[in-house]
Amino acid sequence: MLAVDGVSKRFGGLMAVDSASLALEPGGIVGLIGPNGAGKTTLFSMISGFVPPSDGRIRFEGTDITAEEPHRRAQRGIGRTFQIVQPFAGLTVCENIAVGAYLRHAKRADATARAREVARRVGLGAELDRPAGGLTVAGRKRLELARALATEPKLLLLDEVLAGLNPSEIRDIIPVIRGIRDEGVTILMIEHVMQAVMNLCERVYVLAQGRMIAEGPPAAVCADPRVIEAYLGHGAAARLAAEGAAHG
Amino acid sequence: MYSPQIILEAALNGLMTGAVYALIALGLTLIYGVLHIINFAHGALLTCAMFGVWIAWAWLGMDPYLVILPLVPLMFALGYGLQRFVIGPASHGDDGNILLVTLGLSIVLENVLLALFQSDTRTLDTDYSFQVVALGPLLLSYPRVIGLGVAVVVTGLLWLVLNRTDTGKAIRAVAKEKLGANLVGIDVPHVYAVTFGMGCACLAVAAGLLMPTFYVNPRIGGAFVLVAFTVVVLGGMGSLPGALLGGLFIGVVESLCGLFLGDSLGQIGIFLIFIAVLLVRPTGLFGAKA
Amino acid sequence: MTARDLIPIAVLTILAALLPLVVTSSPVLNFLVFMLIVALGAQGWNILGGFGGQFSFGHAAFFGTGAYVTAILQLRYGVNAWAGLVLATGAGAVVGWSIGYLSFRSGLRGSYFALVTLAFAEVFRILANAASFTGGAAGLLIKLDVSPANLQFADRAVFYWLVLALVAAVLLLTRWIQRSRFGAQLVAVRENEDAAKALGVDSLAVKLRAIALSGAVTALSGCLYAQYFLYIDANIAYGSWISVELLLAPIIGGVGTVFGPVVGALTLHGLGEVAKQFAGRIPGIDLIVFGGVLVLAVAFARGGILGLLERLRDRGRGMVARGTKEVSHAGR
Repeated sequence: MLAVDGVSKRFGGLMAVDSASLALEPGGIVGLIGPNGAGKTTLFSMISGFVPPSDGRIRFEGTDITAEEPHRRAQRGIGRTFQIVQPFAGLTVCENIAVGAYLRHAKRADATARAREVARRVGLGAELDRPAGGLTVAGRKRLELARALATEPKLLLLDEVLAGLNPSEIRDIIPVIRGIRDEGVTILMIEHVMQAVMNLCERVYVLAQGRMIAEGPPAAVCADPRVIEAYLGHGAAARLAAEGAAHG
Repeated sequence: MYSPQIILEAALNGLMTGAVYALIALGLTLIYGVLHIINFAHGALLTCAMFGVWIAWAWLGMDPYLVILPLVPLMFALGYGLQRFVIGPASHGDDGNILLVTLGLSIVLENVLLALFQSDTRTLDTDYSFQVVALGPLLLSYPRVIGLGVAVVVTGLLWLVLNRTDTGKAIRAVAKEKLGANLVGIDVPHVYAVTFGMGCACLAVAAGLLMPTFYVNPRIGGAFVLVAFTVVVLGGMGSLPGALLGGLFIGVVESLCGLFLGDSLGQIGIFLIFIAVLLVRPTGLFGAKA
Repeated sequence: MTARDLIPIAVLTILAALLPLVVTSSPVLNFLVFMLIVALGAQGWNILGGFGGQFSFGHAAFFGTGAYVTAILQLRYGVNAWAGLVLATGAGAVVGWSIGYLSFRSGLRGSYFALVTLAFAEVFRILANAASFTGGAAGLLIKLDVSPANLQFADRAVFYWLVLALVAAVLLLTRWIQRSRFGAQLVAVRENEDAAKALGVDSLAVKLRAIALSGAVTALSGCLYAQYFLYIDANIAYGSWISVELLLAPIIGGVGTVFGPVVGALTLHGLGEVAKQFAGRIPGIDLIVFGGVLVLAVAFARGGILGLLERLRDRGRGMVARGTKEVSHAGR
C-alpha cells in the first residue's frame, strides 16, 4: 500500500536520508529502527508530507503523493504521531481527539461520539474532560495515538510512542497497538524499545546514517553483522562473533 | 524632468536621513537579536528621547548634540528598568504577550507625553540647523552630514562593545543559547535588560541627531517605528551591519519616492518594500525559525 | 447549538434592547452606539485573533474598507445605503481573504503576521489620504438625509437597536463557530498548526475562511461607523487607533470567547469615560488607562475578564468540592 522509492533528504551539506526505499503490504506492523540520528523521523516526515524530499518518489495505494500537502495525505488515510508530543494544550482531551474525528465526521455530535469511543480504546476514557496540558507523559502519548486513530487511518505512522514510558506503561500500551493492527490498520513504527519491536513487529527496516541497511524479521535483522556494526561501531560484529566462538 | 543633480542630491540627503533610521533600527535589531522579541514600544521610546533633547534645549539651553552625552545613560536606565521590571515579568516569556505588553507600553508612553506636552509640534533652532556643506556642485545639509558620521561611529562602537568586552560576550552567548548561558552562570534577565537598555541608548543618539532638523510631538514615534521595522526586516532580523545598510537604503528610497511621488505618497514605497520582503523572503531574512 | 448556547445570548440582547427605554440622554446613547460599533469590530478581530490565534495589528484595513466602500458607493454612485452596507461587508471579506492569502501562503505567523497587517493598514491609510477618489485628506461627508431607507434615523435609539441586533447576530455566529467543525479546526490551528495538519486539517483554507469572515464583520462595523457619524477621513477609518481598539477589547474581555469582545469594549470604554470624568482636561488620559489595562491584563489575567471570572468561579467550586470534583471547563 505504501511504496517509498529511493527518497533522499539533504539539509545543506548533510544527507539526512540517502535514497531510502521501503514497501508496505496492507495489514501488519512493520518497525523502523536504527541508531540515533539515522534519519528515521525525517523519513517519517517525508512520508506524512511535512518535509519535501530532495529526491525520490512516494506512492500510497498506487497514487504518487510525493508533492501532496500533509492534510491531503491524512485525508487519504495516512495518520501520524509526533515523537515530541504536540497536544492542543488549551483544549480538553475530548476536544483534542475530536479534531481528528472531524476529518470523517462533519457533525459535532458524531465527531464527539467517535472521540469518546477512541478515547476509551486507548485508555483515556476517564480523562475526557481534562485539559490536555495537564496530562502525564504517558497520557500525552496515548492522546497522540488517539488523535491519529480518530482520523480513521489506513496507515498509521507511530514515532516512538513508547519512549519516555516506564515498563508497566509500555506493557499497558502494547495490547492497544496490537488491537489497532487487528482492526486492519497497517502500522509503521519507529521504536527504540527493542523488546517492544521484537514483540510487535513482523518485519523491521534498519536505517543507519540515512541508508536502509537491512530488512527482514526482527530476529534475523538483529543478528545481521551490518546492523550490529551500525549500532556498536566498526568491527563490533567480528569481535562479537569471535567472542561467541571462544565461549562456544 | 529632474536634473541628475537634483536626483543625486535627493539620494545623498536620503542616505543621511537613512543613517538616523539605521540608528533607530540598530536598537530594534539588537533587542530582537538577543531577546527575540519585537519591541513595539520602540517608537514611543524614541519620542521620549526626542522630548528629552527638546527639554534640555528649551529649559537648560543645551546644544542638542551635547544632550546626547547625558541622555544616553538616561535612556539606558529607562530601557533597563522597563525590560527588567515591566516587560520581562509581565509577558511570562510568551511571544504574543511580549507584543501586547510593548504595545500597551507604547500607548501609555505616548499618551503620558500627550498629557504633559499637549499635541503641539515643537522644534528647536540652532545656528547650524540650516547650514550646508558644499561637496563639489552639491550642497549637503550640515546636520545630516554629522548624522551620517555619528551613525557610522556608533555602529562601530556597538560592534566593539559586543565583540571586545565581557558584557558583549555575555550578550552574544545569551543570544545564541539562552539555556547554556544560564547554565554557565550568566544572569539572563540582567543581560536581557542590558541589551534592551543599549537598544534604547541608540535612540538617545538618534534623537540628538534628529532634533536640529526635525520636530517632535507625542505621536511622532509612530512614523519612525514602521520605518525601523522595515529596515530591520530588510537587513535581516538581529543583524547589525544589516540594520546600517538597510537604514541607508530605506533613506534613499524614501527620499527618491518623495521626490517622484510627492510627500503624501512618499512613505508608501517603504511599506511596499516592507510587505514585499515579508511576503517573498520571510524565512530567508529571519533565519529558519520564522 | 443547544438551548443552553442560545439562552444567554437572547437574555443579554433583550436586556440591552430595553436600555433606550430607560436611558434617553443623547450623550449616553452616543456612548452606547459607539461602544457597540467597537464591540462589533472587535468581534470580527476575535474570530481571527481569538479563535484562530493570528494576532492582527491592522484590522483598521477592514474597518476603513467598510467605511469607505459604503461612503463612496453612496456619494459617487448613488447606491442605496442598505445595499452599501451589504457590499461593504462583502468588500471586507474580499480584502481579508486577499491579505490572508498573501501572508498565510508565505507562512507568516506570530509577530510577522502582526507586522504585515499593520503595514497593509498603513498602505491603505496613505492611499486613502492621497487619492482624490477617496476625498483625500479632507475626507468624505455622507449627505444628511434622515430616512430609514437611507439608514439614517431621527431617533438615536433606532440606530442603537440596529447595531445591537448585528452584535447579537455575530454573537450567534461566534457561538456557532465554536460548536462547529470549522471552529474546532480553527482552534486546532491556533494551538498547534503541524499537529492540526497531521489530522487532516487544511490549515491554509481554515485560516483564509477565518480572515475573510473576520474582515467582513469588521468592515460591517466600519460601515456602521460611517453611517452613524456621516463623516470619515483616512486617519479615522484606517488609523492605527482603531486597529488597537479592536484588538484591545477581546484581549481585555477574554480572547477566543463568545462574549469577550463585547465585555472588553464595554469595560474599556466605561473605564475611559470614568477617567475622562476625573481628569477630563488631560488629553489622552483614557488611552493611558487603556494601555495600562492591557499590560495588567497580559501580566495577571491572560484569559481577560471572562477568564478571571471563570477562575474565581472554579476556585469557589473547588473549595466546596474540596477537589473531589473535576474542574469544569464547559464555560469556555
